[in-house]
Amino acid sequence: MPTITRTRNVAVFSAAALAIGTLAGCSASDPLATGNEAGDGTAITVASANFPENVILGEIYAQALEASGFDVDRKLNIGAREVYFSQIENCELSVVPEYNQALLAFIAPDVAAAGTAAIDQALSAALPDGVGVLSSSSAEDNNAVVVPEQLAEEYGISSVADFAGISHEWVFGGPPEWKERGDGFLGLTEAYGFEFAEYRVLDYSGPITLSALDKGDIQAALLFSTTPQIATNNLRVLEDPELVMGVNNVIPLYCESALDDEAISVLESISQALTTDGLTDLNAAYSIDKQDADRVARDWLTAEGLL
Amino acid sequence: MSVFEQVVAWFSDPANWQGPAGVPTRLGEHLAYSVLAMLIASAIALPIGAVLGHLNRGEVFVLGLANTVRALPTFGLLTLLVIATGTGILPPLVALIILAVPPILVNTFEGMRGVNPTVTDAARGIGLTSSQVLLKVRLPSSTPLIMLGVRLATIQVISTATIAAYVGLGGLGRYVFDGLARRQLDVVISGSILVAVLAVTAETALILITRLCTSPGVTRRSARRVPPRSHPRKPQQSATSARITSKGN
Amino acid sequence: MLEFDWEWVERNTSMILNLLGEHLLLSYIPTALALIVALPLGILCARLHWVYIPTLAVSTIIFAIPSIALFTLMLPLTGLTRTTAIVPLMLYTVSMLIRNVVDGLHNVDGTVRQAAEALGYRPVHRLLTVELPIALPVVMSGLRVAMVATIGAVAVTSILGLPSLGSLFIDGTQRFFLTPIVVGIILTIAVAVISDLLLIALQRIATPWTKGAAK
Repeated sequence: MPTITRTRNVAVFSAAALAIGTLAGCSASDPLATGNEAGDGTAITVASANFPENVILGEIYAQALEASGFDVDRKLNIGAREVYFSQIENCELSVVPEYNQALLAFIAPDVAAAGTAAIDQALSAALPDGVGVLSSSSAEDNNAVVVPEQLAEEYGISSVADFAGISHEWVFGGPPEWKERGDGFLGLTEAYGFEFAEYRVLDYSGPITLSALDKGDIQAALLFSTTPQIATNNLRVLEDPELVMGVNNVIPLYCESALDDEAISVLESISQALTTDGLTDLNAAYSIDKQDADRVARDWLTAEGLL
Repeated sequence: MSVFEQVVAWFSDPANWQGPAGVPTRLGEHLAYSVLAMLIASAIALPIGAVLGHLNRGEVFVLGLANTVRALPTFGLLTLLVIATGTGILPPLVALIILAVPPILVNTFEGMRGVNPTVTDAARGIGLTSSQVLLKVRLPSSTPLIMLGVRLATIQVISTATIAAYVGLGGLGRYVFDGLARRQLDVVISGSILVAVLAVTAETALILITRLCTSPGVTRRSARRVPPRSHPRKPQQSATSARITSKGN
Repeated sequence: MLEFDWEWVERNTSMILNLLGEHLLLSYIPTALALIVALPLGILCARLHWVYIPTLAVSTIIFAIPSIALFTLMLPLTGLTRTTAIVPLMLYTVSMLIRNVVDGLHNVDGTVRQAAEALGYRPVHRLLTVELPIALPVVMSGLRVAMVATIGAVAVTSILGLPSLGSLFIDGTQRFFLTPIVVGIILTIAVAVISDLLLIALQRIATPWTKGAAK
């Protein structure tokens, strides 16, 4: 595109921005106060948490439902589980992509369950009335402890258990909520008997943790196992032989009155098609290649024959 | 247990007062970020504001710059710096410095410029050089207004230093962000109380310092002893626009 | 990805405009509400010194509370609605404005007041037609600074997941993607500058007797 046109576009854009923006804002309904306003039972509000993979999954749900003729309202990127869970409960949100073990830990922290089937069962039992989960996908997004490849090589670390006797002067980086959890850092140190000089509170598998690893501010960190930078940044995922961190399968959490059988079958077919490697690829397309969420979702759905 | 009781319990738990995550450490970190940012911001804004105010030049530059800088969203700036330079002390420090410069710069500029011309004329009349007028007449006369700018910047910087925790650093913001992530409202409240107490304490300390540092000829107390005279009123607009500032975070 | 990606902007224009609209609402509503609160409160404070001192103390304390903390504290009460953003932003603006309202009223020259009284103005009439108009430039200069500050502070609410231009900062941070952040910053500054110009124009219209009072 010639520069002149672009500059003019920008000027027009900036001038129109305020006016249109005001109109758009005024006419937009409150993003979270809306329910099933269509009233005919076909408007579905798809939500997502505010991290990249979940946004993509939400977009995939939304596009697949649209392709099946449903009216879809997107409320993507809306904050933490504590915020959206209550909105699923009162049906202001219809469905959100979730992770089975993390969700179980949230609604019933004292329930112990191991293995996907047991977790899903415990989850169904623990969910409040009116809220349900569908079948879990085989796609896993687990918590993964990583160490820079070079360091892992130097100290011969391939499992979390190898930290014992090595890591007492190292710094571990991870999200705040993970430090004291039984399936988190605390659980690992108890199960494997290692210690770190410090647990530095960073973000949840985000750029801050990655940058800290890169700069050597921390020697080990918690990341999502589907984080594409694990491969690109030369990080080694350590084994967790005692399965302290458990397994997290993608699972749709939904308000039962908001989805009919047809919508449920659409979501079930997505869960069936999703794989762990597929999740990593989706994340790479979105976070590394900077493609837009709608395109990443469309490409995946097309490739899987779901559109 | 009500949230209020939880907060009281949090403050009375000795475990929260020791170690690398204890209140003294976090308070020290918070103070360190704030003091460092204030020192650098003052080193930038005070000389520029003083000289330009003394010369009564660059009004468009000073006020325009201050207004533009004020419009920079601190949170956006912080994320931009993290992407551009990576994590560490630099992103929050730069964001805090940029937050603190406008109030100090504008108040120094307006304070120096607003000194009653009869006073500076008299000083020149008794043979003071321009730099002597700047240092010995204008500076002491405008101390209250300059210190007001410093105070407003300080309260903002201390309150905003909370966001250092967003990029993985320490400080009292750790309690706020960790409490948010762990759903511990009492920790969020306790952290906020500590930030607010620190900010108000700093402001009070600066008020006291200002009183001690201000020349007796400038304070209101001594002014009262002088029989009232019809001073030409300071341009009220500039004096007031200089004394207000913004919440940056 | 440190280069600017124009294609992204072109593809996402409608989303950006939606966020801009949200941002404007979350800036203007609290500022308008704050003005409605601060004017009567300021008038009261200008009259009654024993009200002013505690009000000033409370507003200083509110101002010192980090905004992310106030937003978080609102969350259990009002959930993820605009109210969660509006109430704290309004409180900050009130605490910034109150001093200006009081100062503006205190700046009204005693002789003006006496003249109005001599002309037979009753207190309320005098307040509305003489004192408030004289105080207006000072109130407006406070409003302008508060407005700019609020426009910047709205972005923080995106940490909780409320949509605004701040959402672009979160997206950019999460994906290490510069473009959304730059767009967010430029639009925030644009909103601030245009709002400021609007307030200046408003002030010129409201106080035609002041020349160049708004700088």
